[in-house]
Amino acid sequence: MNEKIRKAIEDHARLPVSVSTLADDDDLYQAGMTSHASVNVMLGLEDEFDIEFPDHMLKRSVFESVAAIQAAIGELQPDLVA
Amino acid sequence: MTAVADLEQELLGSVRTVAREVAAGHADEVDRSGRFPVETIDALREQGALSAFVPVALGGGGVSFEVLARCCLELGRACGASAMVFAMHQIQVVTLVRHLQSGSWFEQYLRELVSEQRLIASVTSEVGTGGDMGRSIAAVTPADGQRLRFEKQAPTVSYGAYADDLLTTLRRSPEAEPGDQVAALTRRDQSELEQTGTWDVLGMRGTCSPGYIVRAEFAPAQVLSTPFARVASESMVPVSHVLWSHLWLGIAEDAFDRGRAFVRAAAKRAPGGASSAQLPSAQRLSRLSSELAMLRALVDSGLRQFLSCADGPERERLSTMGSILRFNNLKIAASEQAGEICKGALDVCGIMGFKNDSPFSVGRHLRDTLSAPLMIANERIHQTNASLLLIAKDV
Repeated sequence: MNEKIRKAIEDHARLPVSVSTLADDDDLYQAGMTSHASVNVMLGLEDEFDIEFPDHMLKRSVFESVAAIQAAIGELQPDLVA
Repeated sequence: MTAVADLEQELLGSVRTVAREVAAGHADEVDRSGRFPVETIDALREQGALSAFVPVALGGGGVSFEVLARCCLELGRACGASAMVFAMHQIQVVTLVRHLQSGSWFEQYLRELVSEQRLIASVTSEVGTGGDMGRSIAAVTPADGQRLRFEKQAPTVSYGAYADDLLTTLRRSPEAEPGDQVAALTRRDQSELEQTGTWDVLGMRGTCSPGYIVRAEFAPAQVLSTPFARVASESMVPVSHVLWSHLWLGIAEDAFDRGRAFVRAAAKRAPGGASSAQLPSAQRLSRLSSELAMLRALVDSGLRQFLSCADGPERERLSTMGSILRFNNLKIAASEQAGEICKGALDVCGIMGFKNDSPFSVGRHLRDTLSAPLMIANERIHQTNASLLLIAKDV
């Protein structure tokens, strides 16, 4: 799952650096992800994992790092975590 | 009523008195000369209104946000520029109070704001960011001896020359990305404003908001510890949209009242009282009344929305995309509807509304509300919403 998340970030977050240089806990917004780009990351993740983020998850803190995204997707699709 | 409710009503009563007895009387002259409404702001200071929202424990009035919104409406009915200055100041105060950490520099600062009735202006917009408040170019920069400094080019700073203190958004450090922002509160004696433009504008002339290059040197404790992205979504943005929409409603209500006064005067002159409701202007007024009812409902629902998640664990909800969309929609709809009502009032009053020196004049109201769609441009908000609508579920 971690790799798929990183791919979605690489493809959509338009970071000035490669996502491979970031640790799981690094703040993606501090790394340069704009609010607009974060929406594209969310769309990419929904598509990739065939999920829908409910409204209460659609906020900055849920998408601020690879680890946070992983936790959110794990919550929606417990089987993926295994 | 509880003692708190009594105090709230007292504050609202005194702001209403300032609005009617001071602000209304100077509104035309403030508008015409494009000067700061100094007597209104001083009168508000005398009532302790600038610290109305500061908690009682810090010496403030401790009034509810609802009362603050009501104050904006009352001032808006009297003088749009005064109301805007009051609202902009309160947005900064509410923001500081909502993100206050006990024992921080800001506690002592708020005590001083109470005792000296200090006026805060915000320096959020910046040349080169295309009107995006969520990005900064200027950065918090290390200076000599543990101090910090910044230099920011602001295209407008509302009442910049009259503010005691400035709340400025900046990149966290010289290395930080544009979206990695913090807010710093600097005092007048720590800041320097070099005026770079003029403020000869169509409406809201009394807010005196030219551009400045702002430079300041300050202590690290003067930077809010909460990242600005969170400050913005939990406080500054929804609070701005709710308070602004209340003052725009106030302007629209006064324009409507002028229309009503015009129709009543016409009805009294018309022969045959029974048919006076058939006057074309009376019919137009009736249609305008339903338009005003819509604006009132919109503004009130925005306030309820904010109150329902203003505090406690619910506060997190303010950061969701659904919530951001709702407050953005409040801003867009209220800013456009207020202007429509002022135009409608002009239709009711005709030439008497068009004349600047008639008691039914609505020129100032029209021009003041023309600023509403521009301050945080609706076009830009639509861009944001268009993006959020792609992903938000409950809209």
